Amino acid sequence: MDVLPIVASLRKHRIPTLLIVLEIALACAVLCNAVFMISRRVGDIYLPNAIDEQGITTIKLQGTDPKLAASDIPRNIAALRTIAGVQEAAVTSSVPLSHNNWGWSFGLTPDTSLSDQHRTNVTLYFLGEGAEKALGLQLREGRFFNAAEYADSTIGTAALPSTHVVIVTETVAKQFWPGQSALGKTFYSKPDYFTVIGVVADVLRPFVATENEEKSYYSTYYPVAPDPALRNYILRSAPADRDRILKEAVQKLQELNPAAVVTGATYDSTRRKYFANTNSMVWTLVLVCLVMLAVTAFGIVGLTSFWVGQRRRQIGIRRAVGATRGDILRYFRTENFLLSTVGVIIGMGLAFAINLYLMQHYEISRMPWYYLPGGAAALWLLGQLAVLGPAMRAAAVPPVVATQAA
Amino acid sequence: MLTYYFDLALRSLKRNRALTALMVLAIALGIGASMTTLTVLHVLSGDPLPGRSGSIYYPQLDPLDMKDYTPGIEPPEQLTWTDGMYLLHSKRATRQALMTGGMVPLQPTQSSIDPFQAVALYTSTDFFPMFGVPFQYGTGWSEAEDNGKARVVVITSALNDKLFGGKNSVGQILRLQESAFRIVGVLGDWHPNPHFYEWYMGRYASDEDVYLPLTTSRDLLMEHDGSTDCWGNGGGDPDHLETNNCTWLQFWVQLDSPASAAAYRDFLMHYSQDQRTAGRFMRPPNIRLRTMMQWLDYIKVVPSDTVLQTWLALGFLAVCLINTVGLMLAKFMRRSGELSVRRALGASQRAVFGQLLMESGVIGIAGGLSGWMLALLGLWLVRQQPANYAKLAHMDVTMLLMTFALAVSASLLAGLLPAWRACRITPALQLKGN
Repeated sequence: MDVLPIVASLRKHRIPTLLIVLEIALACAVLCNAVFMISRRVGDIYLPNAIDEQGITTIKLQGTDPKLAASDIPRNIAALRTIAGVQEAAVTSSVPLSHNNWGWSFGLTPDTSLSDQHRTNVTLYFLGEGAEKALGLQLREGRFFNAAEYADSTIGTAALPSTHVVIVTETVAKQFWPGQSALGKTFYSKPDYFTVIGVVADVLRPFVATENEEKSYYSTYYPVAPDPALRNYILRSAPADRDRILKEAVQKLQELNPAAVVTGATYDSTRRKYFANTNSMVWTLVLVCLVMLAVTAFGIVGLTSFWVGQRRRQIGIRRAVGATRGDILRYFRTENFLLSTVGVIIGMGLAFAINLYLMQHYEISRMPWYYLPGGAAALWLLGQLAVLGPAMRAAAVPPVVATQAA
Repeated sequence: MLTYYFDLALRSLKRNRALTALMVLAIALGIGASMTTLTVLHVLSGDPLPGRSGSIYYPQLDPLDMKDYTPGIEPPEQLTWTDGMYLLHSKRATRQALMTGGMVPLQPTQSSIDPFQAVALYTSTDFFPMFGVPFQYGTGWSEAEDNGKARVVVITSALNDKLFGGKNSVGQILRLQESAFRIVGVLGDWHPNPHFYEWYMGRYASDEDVYLPLTTSRDLLMEHDGSTDCWGNGGGDPDHLETNNCTWLQFWVQLDSPASAAAYRDFLMHYSQDQRTAGRFMRPPNIRLRTMMQWLDYIKVVPSDTVLQTWLALGFLAVCLINTVGLMLAKFMRRSGELSVRRALGASQRAVFGQLLMESGVIGIAGGLSGWMLALLGLWLVRQQPANYAKLAHMDVTMLLMTFALAVSASLLAGLLPAWRACRITPALQLKGN
């Protein structure tokens, strides 16, 4: 198809041509950035988490007398175990995606102090005996804590537990000791130190580090004897039993601890609640993208229809001197292809610029390059689909129009 | 004449209903989306204390060691106990209050209500007069009660409704963390947004349940939530926060004139200098004294998702407007035959231009009206969202007027170019063509 006559004709309609190009460029830029934001958020929502998410129910106990923790906790756990369907029951200091984070920074040399650089901030999860089974942690290397390690470790008023053993996630092992086995290795925060005895599959922290997926898995586990810091009771059961167990467990703990504040939730709902905002942002973005594409498509339909109407006579003449319907159809499709091409080239530049601006001002990472051709292809396709209707109408113009007065 | 133009516009719009509907819809969608996000942005970046915020300041000191120090570095967001208490007791400002948030188990005496975690603010006496907090019953507590670690508490009207059925509960006993507190005041209707004075526990729609003296909360070792940032060898041991190298308190002052603000700045400088001479501060004096609105801007109180959504919606509006310009231009140019006849018959360029502009104005008003309705629908959808600020999303008069201004100016702007192009048609040329 000869492009030159099309260009010559477009030069006669400078303003509408410019407008269509501009609209496609803007739509392409907005689309690339919006789809990029959507994909990041969807990625967050589906982050894997190696605990038994479907089988866990958590109950938080607050406002109990800290001095009685040593006797209260075993009593509460014993009571929870009597509920039908409870397979495991244990206590922890926090659970993934609960927003309740206890973080600390460690380094690899014995003289690492808290304010050194080259230290890594990780989440500390304190486990009561049996919590690894209640959570369903998946051991990859080494072993879990033994009874003596649980019994010997205390926190008291200190920030870190008195134990010297730790279990880390695979991501932590990789971050501290890349390319080596983490077993038997030690990390430090003067005067404390912890030696790795086990590595578990990746479990999320109490919060997700946006824009850095790796950091979301910086979780470490420590054994602790019954202590006021262990406020979360973890119950594991078959998914079908969770709702009943939740109700019975809250009731039981409230009876045993009348002054305490008891709140419970299935882990499934904790996770859903954590990502509820993200979820609604995703739907907003999807909706805006769809409506924007629809508006752009209708704009192309409208303008092309106008051009077809204006050129009815020329089309008739071309048909009369031998052009086939296919030629006319191809003319309008090529014209649209040219406009879209110029539009998406500008649009890709614009999308890149917007991404740079957002990177500077908001927590947005660099857009991978393939979003640009992706957005371009989407708009090309949209343009070709939108132009199809008006182009077919143009192709249907009979040659006899050439002989009629306009 | 205007009614005649209006009549012409309606006739022309009726002739091509699908196109008219498309243009109105495009404008409506663009306006609806932008106004929804702009309204949310407007609500979230509002002034929490109109008329008062100009004289409320947030002082910052820098007690950190030289690790990671570079000139011009921002000091920590909060104060240590030592510095906070010094500034509080110096009373160099008209009013000052030191505070932090926490959760306290509340054990109701009514057996019908289970114990629950109450959101608490631990603060000092000036908090209530400084922020102009209204009281339904009673008052705040006194300075003597601050110093005496008194077991007194101010509760919100929501809590008063829940526990005492809305009756005057001043003098009643409230049990918090197993201790008896005497209720001295019940707040009136007070919901500042953003929740400027304590932003770690929630930045919007996060009213406390109870307010009690900071000194009392330390005496009973009540749970302090929010942020505790430690340096050096300071651990975050929650029982010894008074002596640790940790910043965990927020401090607000009221300074009524620029002169007193300058004097307070000098005071902070001198204090930092003195502390450095005494060996407590390591860094050169590094202070800030931001006004409330500057502070909210600095901590980026508006969620970045909201700002991103607004940008996205404005981009969408631009697409819709360009779309409308294109369609309008197509429509006007298509009528060039008709327009040239009218020009040839004596209609001035101005008259034709006015008529065409009227047509685009009608589309703008129709688009604006539908856009406004779409924005109301959009805000209703926002209010169904789980975010804590969602229920604040309501349109006020300012935003209502802005919607119409935006709609009409946007579509007039969109009509301007096509109308100008169309009215410049040379009558002779067009007539010859026919």
